[in-house]
Amino acid sequence: MDKPFAITLDPGSSLANKTGSWRTFRPVYVDRLPPCNAACPAGENIQGWLYHAESGDYEQAWRALTENNPLPAIMGRVCYHPCQGACNRQFVDSAVGINAVERFLGDEAIRHGWAFEKPGKSSGKRVLVVGAGPSGLSAAYHLARQGHAVEIHEAGPMAGGMMRFGIPKYRLPRDVIDAEVRRIVDLGVTLKLDTKVANIAEAMQAGRFDAAFLAVGAHIGKRAFIPAADATRIVDAVSVLRSMEGEEKPMLGRRVVVYGGGNTAIDVARTAKRLGAEEAIIVYRRTREKAPAHDSEIEEALQEGVMVKWLSTIKQAAEGEITIEKMALDDKGFPQPTGEFENLAADSVVLALGQDVDLGLLEGVPGLEVKDGVVQVGPNMMTGHAGIFAGGDMVPSERTVTVAVGHGKKAARHIDAWLAGASYAPPPKHEVATFDKLNPWYYSEAPLQVRPVLDIIRRQSTFEEVVQGLDENNALFEARRCLSCGNCFECDNCYGVCPDNAVIKLGPGKRFRFNYDYCKGCGICVTECPCGAIRMVPEEN
Amino acid sequence: MSFQPVKFYQTGTFTVGNRLLPPEERSVQAQTKRFNSINSGHRACQGCGEALGARYAVDAAMEAANGQLICANATGCLEVFSTPYPETSWQVPWIHSLFGNTAAVATGIAAALKVKQLKGERRDIRVVAQGGDGGTTDIGFGCLSGMFERNDDVLYICYDNGGYMNTGIQRSSATPPAARTATTLAVGDEPGNLFGQGKFVPAIAMAHEIPYVATATVADLRDLEAKVRRAMAIRGARYLHILVPCPLGWGTASHETIRIARLAKETGIFPVFEAEHGELKSVLAIRRPLPVEDYLKPQKRYAHLFAPKARLEVIARLQQLADRNIRRYGLLEGN
Repeated sequence: MDKPFAITLDPGSSLANKTGSWRTFRPVYVDRLPPCNAACPAGENIQGWLYHAESGDYEQAWRALTENNPLPAIMGRVCYHPCQGACNRQFVDSAVGINAVERFLGDEAIRHGWAFEKPGKSSGKRVLVVGAGPSGLSAAYHLARQGHAVEIHEAGPMAGGMMRFGIPKYRLPRDVIDAEVRRIVDLGVTLKLDTKVANIAEAMQAGRFDAAFLAVGAHIGKRAFIPAADATRIVDAVSVLRSMEGEEKPMLGRRVVVYGGGNTAIDVARTAKRLGAEEAIIVYRRTREKAPAHDSEIEEALQEGVMVKWLSTIKQAAEGEITIEKMALDDKGFPQPTGEFENLAADSVVLALGQDVDLGLLEGVPGLEVKDGVVQVGPNMMTGHAGIFAGGDMVPSERTVTVAVGHGKKAARHIDAWLAGASYAPPPKHEVATFDKLNPWYYSEAPLQVRPVLDIIRRQSTFEEVVQGLDENNALFEARRCLSCGNCFECDNCYGVCPDNAVIKLGPGKRFRFNYDYCKGCGICVTECPCGAIRMVPEEN
Repeated sequence: MSFQPVKFYQTGTFTVGNRLLPPEERSVQAQTKRFNSINSGHRACQGCGEALGARYAVDAAMEAANGQLICANATGCLEVFSTPYPETSWQVPWIHSLFGNTAAVATGIAAALKVKQLKGERRDIRVVAQGGDGGTTDIGFGCLSGMFERNDDVLYICYDNGGYMNTGIQRSSATPPAARTATTLAVGDEPGNLFGQGKFVPAIAMAHEIPYVATATVADLRDLEAKVRRAMAIRGARYLHILVPCPLGWGTASHETIRIARLAKETGIFPVFEAEHGELKSVLAIRRPLPVEDYLKPQKRYAHLFAPKARLEVIARLQQLADRNIRRYGLLEGN
């Protein structure tokens, strides 16, 4: 008994009292699917790459991004970013500028010359990709990384498909396309230009290909019957945009009327304005709200002086003049003629009424099903003919670059599995981290970083890129606006707010662990987790 | 302002830590090897605000004093749940005292340490006294006032949960108006605690013109830690009053403890400020102003204000009190 005066017992620690036995519910760490990721047609792990961008590791961010999408600099310019429409931050202030950060990363990669890692061992299989548009390039990239020998056969003189022949330069500079295509070619993909596949079965046999991915796009402009005088100049939008890539610029005259309400109509009208047209007027039979064109593009077109006649159809065209009829929406929201007419001066009429697919190469292939002018594919992107897969604008889907890129990736995974005699089953998806699962108190005020926009005068007369990029500071700030919905970002909140010290901090990158010996199951950690990465579950006993 | 927001970092300063913050800018509670002055295994209720507030405050004081700290503890919930014989949760030198004499015990320790230091027997050791609102605003108030008046070198921390919770939720002089307790039942014409009673000890401490007085809540960790750090950098009598919601006594869900404290601050019910020598120096401004109903509704101790019929006139009086705080301390300014 050599204890100090008046001390008879050793001090006992309360650690002997395992308060975990009080618990009826226990907290568990979960990962939920961020809404941005859930909304991305290309299946990007957006939150995953933003995580690296937040710490300023742009190369790692770019590598994480290109795991799913090899075209970030293009994507950062032309994607309509459904991710931002889903972003939970819109309920705090405004959605994270994901598209702007993606472009910054894509541009950084081009600037620094970052290259993809070379594929590992070869599978010995050969895959033919028909068409070097976004879908074909994406498929080729993923197939090459899986170790397959990939050949792209492109009918046109340059790679890029609709990205080059459909999207104007002021939205997507051509050196950006060139750089991102070159990087895919450098991966070992063979790109054959001016090589039209006339018959897919013959081409596969000739090249001894084990599988094929078709992504020829939709390049044939739809026509509409408009009673017209012989001298009236009526052209289709796709040809106009395609001829912008050649030596001979299209002759549209001083007053150009564009018929249609999609993004192509907007692109042509803005192009006409830049070619020197005094008037570029879009005629569309429905309203702005109903127009398929993206609202930001309509807005930019209006800023540049493009005019729009909503609720109007072209009744007839004469030399130098067209007649339009006013429409009115009926109860069901369909436009109906009103019998009210108006004349517009027009040197040319450009039809932007959608595009059809040239299905010539599919002739004689057994099992293929074509419906509504597009090739039908299963959930694995395979057509009715085993070994022939298809994607992009030639299959039923929304026709955007991002959807096409997503098709390419998805098809590549299924082709890879098919070549190995297996089938690919995507991993089960986590539950979506909706806004009600977050605790937004912890996100400090941080305004959206706006991308600079070119002067209006230069937008009306040149093909310079309209929307500029963020600089590094802005891009970093923007990346850090990410709320990390549904996935722990190591803010230490659970560790700090536990009244029972029942959270163990495992160190940088290792997240946390609950000490269920002492966790009483109060649930404060769940309520105070900013990003909704903890859930309470009932104890079983 | 003692509480300087650091530059923007994804979630700013509101979270406990952040992987992107340099280590020196992270809170004490974010450290892997924090002191955990009050350890696991204590017998506080699920979601106890006081257990949390005590660890926040004492850990920060330990950090500021390089671990050279002695705590004197008033009887109350905090003592009962942390030291049932023969166990203790405390990982600091800690002394039990009576319900009412903690301030005096701490004064004595500080005086003894001063003598030892003068004789060269001891390095500098700091003293913290702590207790609940019962032991502070009621029973220990005489000793506390004396400690203030003599400007003894003690940091006194009051964990205010608005009542005598461990003896069965009786009313204290810190129980807010209209709140139901075991001794202010929700019956009669004026159910719950009466208006016009109670004490706000931070204001009384300011009237003593001691070097430092501050209030804080468990909902603003960084602000709380900054205030402990500031207090520990000053010699003489210092007073820190921390609002710590009590799930049992207030009738709130155990997971809502921090949220309720946040609502108390955001509605203006509980002003968060600091003062030096009797003068108000800074406030933690309300970030998103809210009506008092938002604070009252989740608490069963105010259930009689909403059912069977809404007592709008009582709610309006509570709103007036909140508005007075907002006006008096300028809670909507100074952000």
